Amino acid sequence: MTFKTLMLAAAMTATSLAASAAWPERPVTLIVPWAAGGGTDAVARILAAGLEKELGKPVNVVNRTGGGGVVGHTEIVNAKPDGYTIGLATAEVTTFYWSNTAPFTYEKLTPLALVNFDSAAFNVASNSPWANLRVALDDIRKQPVGHFKMSGMAAGAAYHLAFAGLLQLEGIDPKSVVVVPSQGAAPGFQELASGGVQIVPSSLPEGKPMIDAGRVKSLAVLSKERISAFPSVPTVKDAIGKEYEGGTWRGLAAPANLPAEVTARLVEATDKVANSDPYKSFLAERGFGYAFAKGPAFGSFLAEQHKRNGEIMGALGLRLRQ
Amino acid sequence: MLDAYVTALGMVLDPYVLAVITASAIYGLVVGCIPGLSATMATALLVPLTFFMPPVPAIAAIVTTSTMAIFSGDIPGCLLRIPGTPASAAYVDDSYQMTLRGEPELALGIGLWFSVLGGLFGTAVMMAASPAIADFALGFGSVEFFWIVMLGLGGAVFIGSSTPLKACIALLIGLMISLVGMNNPAGQPRFTFDSTEMLGGVSLIPMMVGMFACSEVMRHMISDGSAPQIVIKKMGPIFANMWRLTKQYPWQLIRGSALGTVVGIQPGSGADMAAWMSYAMSKRFSKTPEKFGTGHPEGLIEAGASNNSSLAGAWIPALVFGIPGDSITAIAIGVLMMKNMAPGPTIFVNNPENVYALFLVFVIANLLMLPLGWAIIKVASRVLQVPRRILMPIILLFAIVGSYAINNSLFDVGLMLAFGALAFVLEENGFPVAPVILGVVLGPLLEEYFINSMIKSDGSLIGLVNRPIAAVLAAVTVGIIAWTIIASLRAPKDPARPMPQDL
Repeated sequence: MTFKTLMLAAAMTATSLAASAAWPERPVTLIVPWAAGGGTDAVARILAAGLEKELGKPVNVVNRTGGGGVVGHTEIVNAKPDGYTIGLATAEVTTFYWSNTAPFTYEKLTPLALVNFDSAAFNVASNSPWANLRVALDDIRKQPVGHFKMSGMAAGAAYHLAFAGLLQLEGIDPKSVVVVPSQGAAPGFQELASGGVQIVPSSLPEGKPMIDAGRVKSLAVLSKERISAFPSVPTVKDAIGKEYEGGTWRGLAAPANLPAEVTARLVEATDKVANSDPYKSFLAERGFGYAFAKGPAFGSFLAEQHKRNGEIMGALGLRLRQ
Repeated sequence: MLDAYVTALGMVLDPYVLAVITASAIYGLVVGCIPGLSATMATALLVPLTFFMPPVPAIAAIVTTSTMAIFSGDIPGCLLRIPGTPASAAYVDDSYQMTLRGEPELALGIGLWFSVLGGLFGTAVMMAASPAIADFALGFGSVEFFWIVMLGLGGAVFIGSSTPLKACIALLIGLMISLVGMNNPAGQPRFTFDSTEMLGGVSLIPMMVGMFACSEVMRHMISDGSAPQIVIKKMGPIFANMWRLTKQYPWQLIRGSALGTVVGIQPGSGADMAAWMSYAMSKRFSKTPEKFGTGHPEGLIEAGASNNSSLAGAWIPALVFGIPGDSITAIAIGVLMMKNMAPGPTIFVNNPENVYALFLVFVIANLLMLPLGWAIIKVASRVLQVPRRILMPIILLFAIVGSYAINNSLFDVGLMLAFGALAFVLEENGFPVAPVILGVVLGPLLEEYFINSMIKSDGSLIGLVNRPIAAVLAAVTVGIIAWTIIASLRAPKDPARPMPQDL
């Protein structure tokens, strides 16, 4: 064996070692499409702390805000698929394509894991004449389109689509209730209390202070099971006999074409973090709903959300492409 | 109640809590000083640390940091004409002119002393009447907020130079800039030219840093370099001067603190809007409005008190109804929930000692600001001994880093430079830049509240005035604007405001 071949062999071993060297070798960036200090940011930071322990390298949260989440999600999609840039995608990512605010669909993402789901609820002012969901829906059906207003989110946001889907389920024109756009649930509840709107379809924990204050009552929660912290709020099935769920969610995702072994490592790490006690108690304390679906299961969840949002946005006149 | 206060005092005086308060105070002072890092950012960066703290120190950290950061935002504004936080932008011209006159310690002393008094005023209101005030504030919807924003915009005309027409044009430029992006009620991209970066609109901090700091650097570049080093006059003790000013302008102090508290209570508007509105109010009712913008203490006193009192005001609806009064309390609510202190009226029943502890932290943080603020003023003023030709490139460096940091975006650095050039051109031609920034701050709010009011009233303009509070606000707004127009038509023309390079 000559010196040359020896060197060659050594070099080859070195390259193959480098190629199989355990990812990650350097810090991972976790992109959050929403502002520092918000709910999604809080979820991202607790996940990052857990992933850091699992992966043995720092996981840095970077907030890329703007354009109702479009800027940050675009950055996740356009990142190099090497596992060093991942992101916390939110429900909005399955609406951008239909509203023509971004050219990509969920197919440009490698699904890692769904880590949270917040069910919408039918919240009304406590002095509302509606005693239950049945009465409310019948009243909405009777009145002309636009008679009732709701707030607590932007038009076309996850809670709006969840609510519109409920109307559709009952055969009511989903455009019946007009959206008074607001940035988040809190300004929506302010409008509800000041008498400006009749409905805020946000999650129950978001409405808790106002429910406790006797300003707001919740007619139903848009989920299959009751929420343990709100045992007296009926599900849609309890209220009108039909099963329905809808709301907003968050999930870890990476750019498409992520190498299989990196994907596997990330999914495994996320599985451990998202099912750990600190994460679960964090969700419970902050009032977020627990949900978990990893890899392909999250992928099919995304596909279903994409299809369903396309339909509802079509019915709402918010769909700007086929 | 007294028992609960005694318990609360015991909790706050715990050595660990006091250590957290002191550390957060220093952290807040330093971050607030750095242009591009706002008080909101300082608070947001602190949240992961609070995960590991018991409730009282966690809240103490947030309250102390935000209180300190809002004051220390005045420091770079005063010394270098880079407002450290948007809340300091309203009166940066006055404080910077004082510095150029060789009195930076007076300007900073005013910022410190009246921030403390304003903060204590807001705290007192919060302690005395939280539930009742929050209840009243819930009667406000988009219609009422629309009129409050209109009132703020009307103020821009007084903020500007002695030429209301130029101030109006500057304001309209600001409103136009605020149209860019998709942060509008319909979520439609406007003037974005298919650029993803533009979807987010023009972010306020890079723009503000560019308009104040970058334009100042450019002005220095074209000067022949013969501008003399600023000579700091020997001053008496800082606080003795303050006592004299307090006696001279008591009414300004009370008015600023009260307006700041009210603005803080309104959701969506925080310390920055409080400062702008108070500055405008101060000029409107001043006996010597022509001195504003030339290094006059009156507006500084009123607006400096106002932005700190708004911090406490913002906590009132946040504690009682979970509706944040500004972006800092929006973060704080998340922390409260983590610590099993979910906001709501029950918090006063379930956790009274924790709520009282929060009140006491506000008092302590404001008092602690006196010695720490005094120290940082003494240290920071030395920056002026650095020769201008060395200082100016450093300012530019800070402006670039600061604009990059806020969104981690190189695009924002470009924005900062472009707005610096725009501000330079505007100022060389006698246009004030403050109304441009006010337009960008208030433009999106104005649009959102107007559109929402129109959606609610099915497109009828009567919807803007057919609720009692809205009608009163409308009358006040229209009255003030009309009065200003009439007064300016009657009054003889004021001499033009001297430009910074003339001094």
